[in-house]
Amino acid sequence: MSQVTRHVLDNGMVVLLKEVHNAPLISWWVLYRVGSRNEHTGITGASHWVEHMLFKGTETFPAGYLDKAIDRLGGSWNAQTFFDYTAYYETMPAEHIDLALRIEADRMVNARFDPEEVASERTVIISERQGAENSPMFWLGEAIQASAFHVHGYHHEIIGDTHDLQTMTRDDLYRHYQQHYMPNNAIAVAVGAFETADMLAKINAVYGQIPARDLRAPFVRPEPPQQGERRVTVERPGSATFLQYAYRAPSAKDDDFFALEIVNSVLCGAGGMGGGGTDNKTSRLYKALVETELAASISGDITPTVDPFLYSIVATVRPGRTVEEVETVLNRELERMRHGDISEGEINRAKKQARALFAYSTERVTSQAFWLAWAESFADYTWFEGYLDRLNAVTPEDARRVAAAYLRPQQRVVGVFIPTHSEAGT
Amino acid sequence: MMTTHSLPNPQNITRLQLDNGIVVLVYENFAAQSVVLTGSLRAGALYETPARNGLAALTANALLRGTQTRDFNTISSMLEDIAADLDVNGGTHRAGFGGKALAEDLPVLIELLADLLRQPAFPVGQVERLRGELLTGLQIRSQDTRYRASRAFSEALYPVEHPYHYSARGSLNSVPNLTIDDMHAFHAAHYGPDGMIIVIVGAVKADDAIAIVRTWFEDWTNPAQPPAPELPTLPALAQPQRAFVPLAGKTQSDLVLGNYGPSRYAPDYLAAVLANCVLGQFGMMGRIGASVREELGLAYYAYSSLDGGMGPTPWSVVAGVNPANLDLALEQIRNQLRRLVNEPVSAEDLSNVQSYFVGRLPLQLESNEGIAGSILSMELYGLGLDYLVTYRDRIYALTQDHLLNAARRYLNPDVYVLGISGPETG
Repeated sequence: MSQVTRHVLDNGMVVLLKEVHNAPLISWWVLYRVGSRNEHTGITGASHWVEHMLFKGTETFPAGYLDKAIDRLGGSWNAQTFFDYTAYYETMPAEHIDLALRIEADRMVNARFDPEEVASERTVIISERQGAENSPMFWLGEAIQASAFHVHGYHHEIIGDTHDLQTMTRDDLYRHYQQHYMPNNAIAVAVGAFETADMLAKINAVYGQIPARDLRAPFVRPEPPQQGERRVTVERPGSATFLQYAYRAPSAKDDDFFALEIVNSVLCGAGGMGGGGTDNKTSRLYKALVETELAASISGDITPTVDPFLYSIVATVRPGRTVEEVETVLNRELERMRHGDISEGEINRAKKQARALFAYSTERVTSQAFWLAWAESFADYTWFEGYLDRLNAVTPEDARRVAAAYLRPQQRVVGVFIPTHSEAGT
Repeated sequence: MMTTHSLPNPQNITRLQLDNGIVVLVYENFAAQSVVLTGSLRAGALYETPARNGLAALTANALLRGTQTRDFNTISSMLEDIAADLDVNGGTHRAGFGGKALAEDLPVLIELLADLLRQPAFPVGQVERLRGELLTGLQIRSQDTRYRASRAFSEALYPVEHPYHYSARGSLNSVPNLTIDDMHAFHAAHYGPDGMIIVIVGAVKADDAIAIVRTWFEDWTNPAQPPAPELPTLPALAQPQRAFVPLAGKTQSDLVLGNYGPSRYAPDYLAAVLANCVLGQFGMMGRIGASVREELGLAYYAYSSLDGGMGPTPWSVVAGVNPANLDLALEQIRNQLRRLVNEPVSAEDLSNVQSYFVGRLPLQLESNEGIAGSILSMELYGLGLDYLVTYRDRIYALTQDHLLNAARRYLNPDVYVLGISGPETG
């Protein structure tokens, strides 16, 4: 694999370039260092709504024009909003990458935020939230985040609180856009079939003229330490009971993050990185909970974040079984792990799994470019390049120390979703 | 250094037919570290009786639950130890399989595939667990308006003696009655090398891949395998038919409106595919999306689809609408069908979709999965291994008249089948 080169334009825009000549494609990402983490109450959901508005047209590219233009050229485009970032991309046949460069430069500063479009998008976004509300896990996740984070911006869902979605104004959104969308708050990444020098010249020509602006320190309030286990219950119509344990996790930059990934892999199975994955039927918690028919499914998740977030384990309680039965066995397995019962063989297996999943996730230029942009935003791009080395450096002692430190009951939020009646029975 | 990007073609695809009939196709791709395995054999729902509806799918799914020499846990460990993935599923015409692993682990994947396909055990405990999972899935679907509308559409369009009348998944009535003896008998009669295709794409030498396939499959025979049955002739529709499935407690109605479409073998298949793209796919869901969603705001989604396949699968328009808007949405959809059969698409429309189909090839063929899927189609439908090389010429040979004639042949705005599911008032 060729090397990544990192450049900083005069206006402060970070540019990462990686040549990959396997297919005649280029993926172009522009990531802004703003997400739901930076929203104060009253404008929760603004980052995500702004993302939607960037598809609603500029003077150069009116709404609807680009859907056809990109299809016509055989490309694809999309965007995503996360706690820590908002990111946009186009993956195009290499000869058409100029259009992608122009689109992102244009909407970095020229998005219209037409009041009528804002009004019609309000309905769309509220209905998007309502769609998510069809899922019991959305409600449980929202309750757990609110319990885990009293102060930090991770306390609300990315989509935002319904009240804020009903009351936020066009000016609130435009202000959010203007405060955060500028070259000196952007990370741009190209991965694909280009020559680095040519590509850098093109990027400079299109983006170099966009002036840097005043970038205020982002709105972030650190979360004070948790003092004891917290429990939340959500009761709503649904068809199954869910149990979620959410432990305080290290930020992605912390070496402990990698050891905790190994611990999760042993407990819940190897997590995919977006390139396909494997099953978890031989993981400890599957054997302890699903094979014994206490739970219908089990999963674990640790996500790279800028600030410490949560390591979550979710069990779907089997009909006829109780939360208490599942908790008893789950606690037994977690205590076993916390007291150091993890073997070198298990750790080596987790490392092999990680190597495969990492390989799968780097096969497409789109996912490579995304990971480079994301890693640069929460650490730096070498986090992604060095991912396997850092996982491979995890020793049994590291895994035991991390399990002991992070799986303490005092450092978790326990969430239970209790269905009030079966949706199918209505 | 730039490399050339040649499409899969007869020179770089290795194709070999074993003496027992299995066709093996290998495409070397050392750009990624993984290998993808895909293929199918003549063991779909076509070979089951209506009373045993779902037998082919249950048999295929149960293969992973245990063989004569490996139990479920052993199979799961083999795959998860190396973060590999392997699945077998029953479709209408054929049973398909697919897997992914690091290239170094291809021998494990093929050895296991051979064991599953050749020597399944159908252990009673595992089969019952699987049956429970499938029935839960069917129960959830029975409350899903989109699924129910689609079933109602297929059941009205295809007569009871036609396999397309039924879902390959089976039904809540049929799946409980399938026995392990049925599964053994189905396996004994239909799983065999005649008509089987295996495609391997990834970081492996073609000779090495073929040697592994030979080791595990070369001595497989099954003289009992019957030839593929002929599909019954379909009666032309004489008048429009409407099938409505009410579901209490729903807020949205889903609809499917359409007719028999072309099979993948039909000479006008590509013309129909392009016409369908104009109708309900290009840009933001084509003309259907523009009128039903964008102009009138009647639907959350509205598009057209044309599957193609080994027989006359449907060409249909699907939409999810507020029940109050149902009639207006149907009127708009029929207006767009009328326009498509009454007037040629514009030169610009034709040029747009031609450009789209040719332009998206690099993205389609970027991954091992994409390449393997294309090679499997070329073999299964007899398109020739030079299909992708000549694809551009085939697409650009199509004229406005070709699209008009294809639309006229298959679609009729006044004679169609309409399946709807939603609240009682719909």
